[in-house]
Amino acid sequence: MRAYIIRRLLLIIPTLFLLTILVFLSVRFIPGDVIDVIVGRMIHYGDFDRETLERMLGLDVPVHVQYGRWIGVLPTPDWVTGESHFKGLLQGTLGESLLGDDWTVEEKIIGRLPVTIELGVLALVIGLVIALPVGIYSAMRQDTAADYVGRSAAIIGMATPNFWLATMVMIFPAIWWGWSPPMEYIPFTEDPLGNLGVLIIPSVILGTALSASTMRMTRTMMLEVLRQDYIRTAWSKGLRERVVVVRHAIKNALIPVVTLIGMQLPILIGGSVIMENIFNLPGLGRLMVNALEERDYPMVSGVNLVFATAVVGVNLFIDLIYPYFDPRVRYR
Amino acid sequence: MSQVRDIPVQEAETKRRNALADFFIRLWKKKPLGTISGIIILILIFVAIFADVLAPYGYREMHLADRFQGASAQYLLGTDQFGRDFLSRIIYGARFSLIVGLAATALNVVIAVLIGGISGFLGGKLDLVVQRFVDAWMAFPGLLILLTIMSIAGRGVPQIILVLGIAGGIGGSRVVRGAVIGIKENDYFLAARAIGSTKMRSLIRHVLPNIMPVVIIIFSINIGGVILSAAALSFLGYGLPAAIPEWGGMLSWEGRRYMEQAPWLALWPGLCLTIVVYSLNMFGDAVRDLLDPRLRGR
Repeated sequence: MRAYIIRRLLLIIPTLFLLTILVFLSVRFIPGDVIDVIVGRMIHYGDFDRETLERMLGLDVPVHVQYGRWIGVLPTPDWVTGESHFKGLLQGTLGESLLGDDWTVEEKIIGRLPVTIELGVLALVIGLVIALPVGIYSAMRQDTAADYVGRSAAIIGMATPNFWLATMVMIFPAIWWGWSPPMEYIPFTEDPLGNLGVLIIPSVILGTALSASTMRMTRTMMLEVLRQDYIRTAWSKGLRERVVVVRHAIKNALIPVVTLIGMQLPILIGGSVIMENIFNLPGLGRLMVNALEERDYPMVSGVNLVFATAVVGVNLFIDLIYPYFDPRVRYR
Repeated sequence: MSQVRDIPVQEAETKRRNALADFFIRLWKKKPLGTISGIIILILIFVAIFADVLAPYGYREMHLADRFQGASAQYLLGTDQFGRDFLSRIIYGARFSLIVGLAATALNVVIAVLIGGISGFLGGKLDLVVQRFVDAWMAFPGLLILLTIMSIAGRGVPQIILVLGIAGGIGGSRVVRGAVIGIKENDYFLAARAIGSTKMRSLIRHVLPNIMPVVIIIFSINIGGVILSAAALSFLGYGLPAAIPEWGGMLSWEGRRYMEQAPWLALWPGLCLTIVVYSLNMFGDAVRDLLDPRLRGR
């Protein structure tokens, strides 16, 4: 077991290394006209020309040197003083935002992280609260009207764009009852209940979207478990349905659902980008879209890297704790 | 059993010719919802092809005197902030969604077969390296990488097709690779190699035809998602240019301000998206279930 954990942790290194390459390359092919746009915007922040900006972005050196600097194995010259320092990922910095304030990318990201995490956790919990009971009940009453209703709702849920749902929630209650969702973010530390009030609607929309695939998975697993011999034994012992399902079936059916949570994380992240933008929440997704609008590419790379690392980390964590949920799985 | 043997050759041939008809009858009997979805898809294709004929007005045609008109005989779905006929814009929207969906999904398949096929067929160190890249790519939340690349590539139909096509293709390559590795273990493949079939010949004659089911599955699973992704990108302002009436784009910021005044602007594009994606998913599921009994109920 320990050998397995060590091997998995070591294998994460090449994955993270390749991730940094992907994140780095994805913003490296900025066409020239985009640089002009950035220069145009940055005029407000001081005396900039194309050359200075290219030097600031590090575009004046070959790609592999740029990458080395970003990672922190090559020194980055300061574009004002000309002094060189190692300033990169290995030193724990994601570089500087191009917006001209004195914030580094990682400082901004850390400031925005709590909102996104809260939104994500709420959505995940709401998704499970909807999906598990419906999925389990659907399997218990396979091919009845209730099952069909549950399954159809899940399939419709998977086809409904979350941004449309959010738009409808913004518009129709306003027309019918003069009520609109709160658009002013309230920090948790100031007013926990008010904070929940702001986050609950985007969380429910995101959670509903997630619950569709979780519900289908739960139903399939539950159906498989319910056909097993030990369940038949439980029935023939004369146990009540409640006991058979709750004590015997659910535990085994829910194990693979744990893995699904890890697989849903990329979808959850994409959804939170959209929700944060619609509901005006100061999270990472909003930061990302703002950075794209301002063409602040160091920030874009930073957010991408943080999100991608989160996906890798959560999936690794789920793999590692899997034997705890399912003792039949033994890692060697 | 004896009955089967008695069927004359002639009749057997007629049977084969009617296989397609049989398939549709079976589809209707076993998957009524899937069949209805199929009909909706046919309508979508029809509307997309004949948009020029069907739309009562051009999608850019403004009637400034008739801004924010509700549904009427003249404008069946009302008008928007420029007095453009909304029905016409929805109809043209079908065309753009379908073009992007079909082209990007086709590109998904090509890329998936190329990467997955080569990686799985050649195996060894190349496979190991390629798969680590695929791992890293798949850890990247889809919408983020799409947004990043689209912001650099710029809005446009070719750009979005390329970006969605390549991004989805890398994900799909995993499935193709799995299928190719499975085929390589089959006796017929080993036999072909044993009688001296070259690598190239085995690839073309034995591997490619046998991954067709996987290709169909990738296509049917991806197309709904591709249309949704394109809509989400347009919604955020990084998909198709604002001038093009795309369902996702119609819901975006520019229209937002007017939606309380004219709620139909918010209703129809989303409803069309939902119905189309739902139909594509249901039809794909139904066809897969009928073609491959092992997938039933998944």
